[in-house]
Amino acid sequence: MERTHPRDARFTEAESRLHELLVLGLGGDSAAYHGFLKALGAHLRAYFRKRLFQRPDEVEDLVQETLLAVHNQRHTYRSDQPLTAWVHAIARYKLVDMLRARASREALTDPLDDELEVFAQSDTDAADAKRDLGKLLDTLPDKQRLPIVHVKVEGLSVVEASKLTGMSESAIKIGVHRGMKALAARIRGMV
Amino acid sequence: MKTDELISLLATSAAPVPAHAVGRRFAMALGMGIVGAALLMLMTLGLRPDLLQVATEPSFWMKLAFAACLALAGLVATERLSRPGVRVGFAWAAMAAPVLALWLAAAIALLGAVQEERLDLILGNTWKSCPFNIAMLSVPLFIATFWCMKDLAPTRLALAGASSGLLSGALSALVYALHCPESAAPFLGVWYVLGIAIPTLAGALLGPRILRW
Repeated sequence: MERTHPRDARFTEAESRLHELLVLGLGGDSAAYHGFLKALGAHLRAYFRKRLFQRPDEVEDLVQETLLAVHNQRHTYRSDQPLTAWVHAIARYKLVDMLRARASREALTDPLDDELEVFAQSDTDAADAKRDLGKLLDTLPDKQRLPIVHVKVEGLSVVEASKLTGMSESAIKIGVHRGMKALAARIRGMV
Repeated sequence: MKTDELISLLATSAAPVPAHAVGRRFAMALGMGIVGAALLMLMTLGLRPDLLQVATEPSFWMKLAFAACLALAGLVATERLSRPGVRVGFAWAAMAAPVLALWLAAAIALLGAVQEERLDLILGNTWKSCPFNIAMLSVPLFIATFWCMKDLAPTRLALAGASSGLLSGALSALVYALHCPESAAPFLGVWYVLGIAIPTLAGALLGPRILRW
């Protein structure tokens, strides 16, 4: 007997819709890719929120880090593979990586846990802990930062950005690509 | 920066991803690694002088087949470990098969030999240098494979490192076989396997440090 839960149906629908958007996005359709990232961000937020209920302030950081990882590693997705498996493996990897980094950090700096933990979770602390990718972007070298700012933030074409900065078109493309990778590396460095 | 801003940032002019990006990366890395290992072998060890004569003997080809099968299985496993959410599956068995087949051949050879010859079959003339030469020739391959994996997305880092190390070791054994004068299965079953195990172990240890993304 075949059973179809409403949850399963929703899941299958999300899988096929996101899969379609991503495949279009990998082909260079940036509107579809935007839609994919947006929907994925919402799924990731729910996924991490459920698993990090003690640290709600870290959920958004992890959502951003995972989106960046999905973007940087998107060439490892093969369109015949279930998208859920791919996304879940990345989200899980990022979650475990973050928990592990935090565990080793706390083992070093926080030998008296339980009681102090209560105070550690105040609101201002959470605001301070929030990572600002914009500030991280500012720390990148110019040859990566400028292409990202002009092409990705201001939405200029590669040709326009090339004219504006005096860098060659391929240097702009390489700068964006390497810059996004460097941004992910900066996040890892500060976790 | 808000998440919505990040999403716009990522989506604006995201370049199309070329087809078979992962396969191309592997092809380029392994091509360079094999050339590097071959040059290193020619410069430090040299081809075996009787290469043309032994090229007619089945035992020489068995040796190459062992290394090639192991490298192929290692490549399949490494490629799968480099992509999130992909199971390694039959590649585990495919990696074990050449080693088990070699050990079976070694056992048969040892059982068929008289007592006094058995140690010679295992030690050959070059047992002292063989594993270290394979490990040495695996260095360019190891660097190339890790360079390749660095661009991909392994989520099980120790396994991905070990598998990358095994792939480099098996290809290195393939290159080394063109120098190595030994062909007895008991010798290969111990010293070749040990030589391949060195980069495999190194990969398992280095994977979690180097391959993090």
